[in-house]
Amino acid sequence: MTETDRLSHYLCIGCPLGCRLEVEETDDDIIVRGFTCKRGKLYGRQEHTDPRRMVTTTIAVRGGRWPRLPVKTRDTVPKALVREVCAALRDLEVKAPVAIGTTVAANVLNTGVDIVAARDMPLA
Amino acid sequence: MGYDVAIVGGGIIGCAIARKLARYRIRQILIEKECEVGFGTSKSNSGIIHAGHHSPADTLKGPLEWAGNQLWDKLHEELDFGFERIGELMVAWDDDQLDTLQHYRDRGESRGVPGLEIWDREQVRRAEPNLNRLVKAALHAPTAGVVNPYEVCFSLIDSARNNGLELRTDSAVVAIDDSDDGLRLQTSNGTFAARFVINCAGMYADRIAQMAGVGDFSIHARKGEEYLLDKRLVGLVKRIIFPCPTATSKGVLVIPTFDGTIMVGPTANPIEARDDLTTSAGGSEQIFSQVQQTVPGISPRDCIAEFAGLRAVADGEDFIIGPTARRGFINVAGIQSPGLTAAPAIAEMVADILRQEGLTLEPNPRFTPAVPKHVIFNDLDTAAQQQQAANDPHFARICCRCELVTEGEVLAAIRAGAETLDGIKFRTRAGMGRCQGGFCTWRCMELIAQELDVPITEVTKRGGDSWILCERDGQEAAHAD
Amino acid sequence: MLTEHPVHLNDHYDVVVVGGGPAGMAAALGAREAGADHILMVDREKDAGGILWQCIHNGFGLHHFKEELTGPEYAQRYLEQVIDHNIDVLTDSYVYDIDRDKNLLVMSGSKGIHRIGGRAIVLAMGARERTRGAIRIPGTRPSGVLTAGLAQKFVNMQGYLPGRRVVILGSGDIGLIMARRLTLEGVEVIGVFEIMPHVNGLNRNVVQCLHDFDIPLHLSTTVVEIHGRDRVEKVTVAPVDDQLRPDLSKAWDIPCDTMLLSIGLIPENELSRRIKLRLDPVTTGPQVASTMETSVDGIFACGNVVHVHDLVDFVSQESELAGTGAGEYVTGHRRPADNIRLVPGDNVTYCVPQTISTDREHTVYLRVRHPERKCTIHFGDVYRRKLAYVFPAEMVTVKLQPRVLQAFHGDTLNVRVEARE
Repeated sequence: MTETDRLSHYLCIGCPLGCRLEVEETDDDIIVRGFTCKRGKLYGRQEHTDPRRMVTTTIAVRGGRWPRLPVKTRDTVPKALVREVCAALRDLEVKAPVAIGTTVAANVLNTGVDIVAARDMPLA
Repeated sequence: MGYDVAIVGGGIIGCAIARKLARYRIRQILIEKECEVGFGTSKSNSGIIHAGHHSPADTLKGPLEWAGNQLWDKLHEELDFGFERIGELMVAWDDDQLDTLQHYRDRGESRGVPGLEIWDREQVRRAEPNLNRLVKAALHAPTAGVVNPYEVCFSLIDSARNNGLELRTDSAVVAIDDSDDGLRLQTSNGTFAARFVINCAGMYADRIAQMAGVGDFSIHARKGEEYLLDKRLVGLVKRIIFPCPTATSKGVLVIPTFDGTIMVGPTANPIEARDDLTTSAGGSEQIFSQVQQTVPGISPRDCIAEFAGLRAVADGEDFIIGPTARRGFINVAGIQSPGLTAAPAIAEMVADILRQEGLTLEPNPRFTPAVPKHVIFNDLDTAAQQQQAANDPHFARICCRCELVTEGEVLAAIRAGAETLDGIKFRTRAGMGRCQGGFCTWRCMELIAQELDVPITEVTKRGGDSWILCERDGQEAAHAD
Repeated sequence: MLTEHPVHLNDHYDVVVVGGGPAGMAAALGAREAGADHILMVDREKDAGGILWQCIHNGFGLHHFKEELTGPEYAQRYLEQVIDHNIDVLTDSYVYDIDRDKNLLVMSGSKGIHRIGGRAIVLAMGARERTRGAIRIPGTRPSGVLTAGLAQKFVNMQGYLPGRRVVILGSGDIGLIMARRLTLEGVEVIGVFEIMPHVNGLNRNVVQCLHDFDIPLHLSTTVVEIHGRDRVEKVTVAPVDDQLRPDLSKAWDIPCDTMLLSIGLIPENELSRRIKLRLDPVTTGPQVASTMETSVDGIFACGNVVHVHDLVDFVSQESELAGTGAGEYVTGHRRPADNIRLVPGDNVTYCVPQTISTDREHTVYLRVRHPERKCTIHFGDVYRRKLAYVFPAEMVTVKLQPRVLQAFHGDTLNVRVEARE
């Protein structure tokens, strides 16, 4: 491994300071530099080793007050799966009424994470 | 059977001619290349009815300006558009310009324009306290007025159609040849024969004339950029403010439009392309730097929208109106300022020319001059608003909040022929306010889709390729049922 | 299931709240808590809840609910409380006129046009997006130029796309959020262009909306011309110098069919102007006292009508205060008048509220003119607090305790932010 292979860079999202974090992966450790606070250090490590995201999108809903239902992952999923999660939901359609928190797709892409309705969708 | 008259071009001139000829027992058709009338030069017009003293006497423009001016009250009475004689002030900033004021006053008086008065600094300040305090004097012309030019087009065409005019939009004339009894117009949307063809094709009048084999003039585009200001500034000036004209320029005007919104402009730049409606950083800079000298309270920050229009300028700068070597083909070309003002007088003139050329114009006994007035919710008092809403709940649903336009008005506009967002905007003002359609766009689209029974994705801003929305991937089927 | 109670519209209410977004909902609840009896909240959409319904992303509620919610979840939680508290919610309705005697004209699709009097009024109409006209971009006027918020409504509420190849002008949060949203809908987002040398939105959105999807962000670059007769065909972009003047020699063209604008919000104060409320020239919203009362007795204002917030949680907090003020006004428990005026000083553009009192705790919101690391905020000589940083895009909130004010006997406090050595 060359020096540059070992270094990754991240923009800290904790606050408007936007610290430029540098993460170095050594053989037995992960070193984070450039943070101003403890949260930054933790964020750098997390973002480097296992970046995760909540996914929010909409699905089709038939007979509701609006034609689209906002949904979200109940928990975070690996960042690399965000696009695939959305693609998996593209053709999903549910029928109104739908209550907030209802699971509309279970265990999406075998992540163990459910997709749930983010609002009530009453009948039109 | 062919038509007696085919009018090529549905701008203010074509509409005014159609409305004039609708008084007679003839068969007439108006052919317009855009999807609605007034969508070319007319909709970008400053909307000023000139006082009658602006154009020199030795031109066609001069007498037609004043003759046209006097016809607007009658039109306004019969039709359904906003018009008010708010007057104008031609403002002098130094002593040298006092002569110019006198020159314009004398010209107007010799023509019979009433009420022209030179005001001194004190009078000007009392009347228009927000003008730059350095003003020396101004020529007041009470006969000047403002209209919404697109409203005028719609109203004229509605009236003409009610009285028998046939209207073909989305139809560009591509060739002209002979027919048994006159001329034949080939368009992108059908072929029409007529004894007489009136060429009022605005920016393209020279090309239409060429198609008829009488292309002995050319049209040049002169662009004017205009900037609309926030309603907050309503009342900043009460009259149209003209700087004293110089040899090179008419200067930048401050125009309280009929709706109260203040408009500043126009620039005047010759350009090559006849469809170049771009605004420019330079234009904006020029307008605002000049206008701030006239009315210091105006800032570029007040701008809510800008647009550009093209003046159709003929060689020699004057109007070209009259019959041609091609029998039955009549030109009404090069109609730049004061074309809007002159339009009703031009229409009268064209009727006279048709008579001289052999068309019999018998009055149509069934001619109805008035058009049904559209409800303008914002202009009603509260009791009338409540009554209107009680009769039709669509008048109790807001569509455009900035201009207070109800769904009832939008539906009326669609039923009167609006098919596009601009068509609705220019008929009702929905989308013309400070949020520029942020709130009403969806509502208007839904109403168009519902009334015309088309998918939302087929609703356009102004026809052609001006689509607004597209389907999500793979959703065509989902929305179809 | 969200079920609004049917409304039997009365001629008079204790409190009428104009607007049912986050500000209006919190104000209505605040008024109820303070003891107001008959409360009406008017909203123009078919659901109260405002812009939150279309903000389907997460990141809301960390301050207020102590958990991370999506916009619709935040809206629903609030709306459920509003319904539970028997507040009359009149949707699909619009307040189009108001007078200083607190009479309103309301048009309602289901109920016609009514004149309604309130003993107190809360103005919570929110803000609108700045449009193309506000920045006068040269070029043609094709379809396909729209604000990011309108595009968000099309995509998230109606299920349509605003275009297929999109350029985003302005790096406000809605623009960044829409960059991700459209990408996930299969739209090509070519880049985000920001005239300033820094991003306007949150770093979190830069990372999760742009970096995650390799969407380029061009700082100190702006759109200098729009092309296309009917529909947008391309835009010309150019870098700008430190005076924000574009360098046209370095301009380039980007073929696209859509341009979204994310260039800021303007408080919606049509009604405020109609009754000649005293406005703050900087916020452009009404000047408010510590109870959020405006210059007209019994008329309160809150949320983005007063000043543009960056977090909905603060809108809720401020608006609850306005509701409390309105509730106390109608139950005859008005607070003593404010006795201190806050005057923005060095590196402070504005303070809200504009006045406070010495008798209780106040939260003051303010914005700075330019960024600063390691600085101190001073309220006259009576109070100061060290801050690690300030940024113009992030509202600063300061809590002032009565004990620090009691020793103060003047009537104005100069508020300033100064760098520390």
